[in-house]
Amino acid sequence: MSATTHAALPKASLPGGPAKNQAVAAALGRRRRATALTVKLACYAATGIGLALLLSILGTLFWNGFTALSPRVFTEVTKPPGSDGGLLNPIIGSLIQAGIGTLIGTPIGLLVGTYLAEYAKASPLANAVRFVSDILLSAPSILIGLFVYQILVVPFGGFSGWAGSVALAIIVIPIVVRTTEDMLRLLPDTLREAVIGLGAPKWKMITLVCWRAAASGIVTGVLLAVARVAGETAPLLFTSLGNLNWSLSLSGPMSSLPITIYSYAGSPYQDWIALAWAGALIITLGVLGLNIAARTLLRRK
Amino acid sequence: MSASMTQTATDAMPGLQARSAETLNPARISVRKLDFYYGDHKALKSIDFDLPDRQVTGMIGPSGCGKSTLLRVLNRMYSLYPGQRATGEVLLDGKNILDDDVDINALRSRVGMVFQKPTPFPMTIYENIAFGIRLHEKLSKAQMDERIEWALTRAAIWGEVKDRLNSSAMGLSGGQQQRLCIARTIAVRPEVILLDEPTSALDPISTLKIEELIDELKRDFTIAIVTHNMQQAARCADQVAFFYLGELIEVAPAEEMFTAPKQKKTQEYITGRFG
Repeated sequence: MSATTHAALPKASLPGGPAKNQAVAAALGRRRRATALTVKLACYAATGIGLALLLSILGTLFWNGFTALSPRVFTEVTKPPGSDGGLLNPIIGSLIQAGIGTLIGTPIGLLVGTYLAEYAKASPLANAVRFVSDILLSAPSILIGLFVYQILVVPFGGFSGWAGSVALAIIVIPIVVRTTEDMLRLLPDTLREAVIGLGAPKWKMITLVCWRAAASGIVTGVLLAVARVAGETAPLLFTSLGNLNWSLSLSGPMSSLPITIYSYAGSPYQDWIALAWAGALIITLGVLGLNIAARTLLRRK
Repeated sequence: MSASMTQTATDAMPGLQARSAETLNPARISVRKLDFYYGDHKALKSIDFDLPDRQVTGMIGPSGCGKSTLLRVLNRMYSLYPGQRATGEVLLDGKNILDDDVDINALRSRVGMVFQKPTPFPMTIYENIAFGIRLHEKLSKAQMDERIEWALTRAAIWGEVKDRLNSSAMGLSGGQQQRLCIARTIAVRPEVILLDEPTSALDPISTLKIEELIDELKRDFTIAIVTHNMQQAARCADQVAFFYLGELIEVAPAEEMFTAPKQKKTQEYITGRFG
């Protein structure tokens, strides 16, 4: 650009030229600061609302829960209103069903995730499986309850702990599939080549090295899955139904914490409502514990 | 012509001192008319050369020239990936290892490989070495202990790890991990060891240790090493092969290669004019 053109143009419009119009610059600056402040305040306000809601939920839960919590909750089974009942059978029922659900769902999820990461990779079948698994991951859990009702409750003539466990297993599977695949894909291919390079067959590479290298991530996924199913109510409504009597039989209706909370909280009896709070606190603390365990495991890696 | 080239080569790389010329041993592996394809892309074009028995062959050339590809043919590593294929002959003891009826796992126990980045397995130091042995042999506890000590000693790391055999291999330093990987490879007692830029992720002292180790190991093993470092090729190799754009431009005893290269391309590369 020649000096003459330079001089002919208004100075303020050229970069590096002398100062722009000071008044305009100051006005733009004020507007910029005002916008920045507005956006910042909006973000703080939204965060505040979210935190306040969470704290009030947790506060109410902890206050009512700890008030209702006593050793009796863990030692007595559910009893009619006014007769000093506890939550022993729902607690044990939840542990059994979540436990069996995890035991069924984890190996299936692990193998499917391994299939996706180590065998199928980007094949059309793998993409279809991945897609279906992701849909299952976000499917409303009541649908899973209804599905199991159709395939296990109706044909076998009744609600059962098995049906509840299977419903929970179906929720566990996609979670474990996703974490297993993600964790295996994080492993460098050179690790796989190093195993293969020693003359190892592929199945030994997967079971002896890849699974071990991805173990903490996979266990984290399983813990998160347990935390998720521990609080599920909807899939149990149509499957294990709930049971106010002491029963360890998986072939009959089985008690569980979420279902008991659901029915007790809606009852008119003060002592049942208190027990519902205690149950809610137990689940919350359990899920919190599992999440902390999962995070610790991942961080240690 | 040859005299002036020699002059240029030594002038350009004063620190480069190739080992004294020895006669090359008879071939352990013979590569004949080898072509290699990544899908439709031809990455190696009609390669012919020999790996002399119990000597070190340095493979040099600019990135993407096919030297690592060739290394991965020698133990059929490429077979892991659909779409990659090799045609021609790679003879190990007179048997073409590219044939379909070759037992690939047994082949890999005879032709071991060490990678650019150390690849310790997520288990103890002891288990890392035992892993490869267990794939091919059934040893008693005493025999296994003995073999593991032998491998770690040969890889010049026994002294550093003998008191912590049962701690995780992931806790070792990069250089130690690489020597552990070499120990793991020789524990299987291969005939040939392939090293794919084994020191490019290591510090100078660890690099020196690995180079000394290579010198030591060639008494028992046939070694092929891919390297980007010309001095390393000069220090370690008995024979050097120069690759460019998928072709083997020149292969010669190391001293000859670094003092009197026959091809102009080779001379330009080793004097640092491209690459």
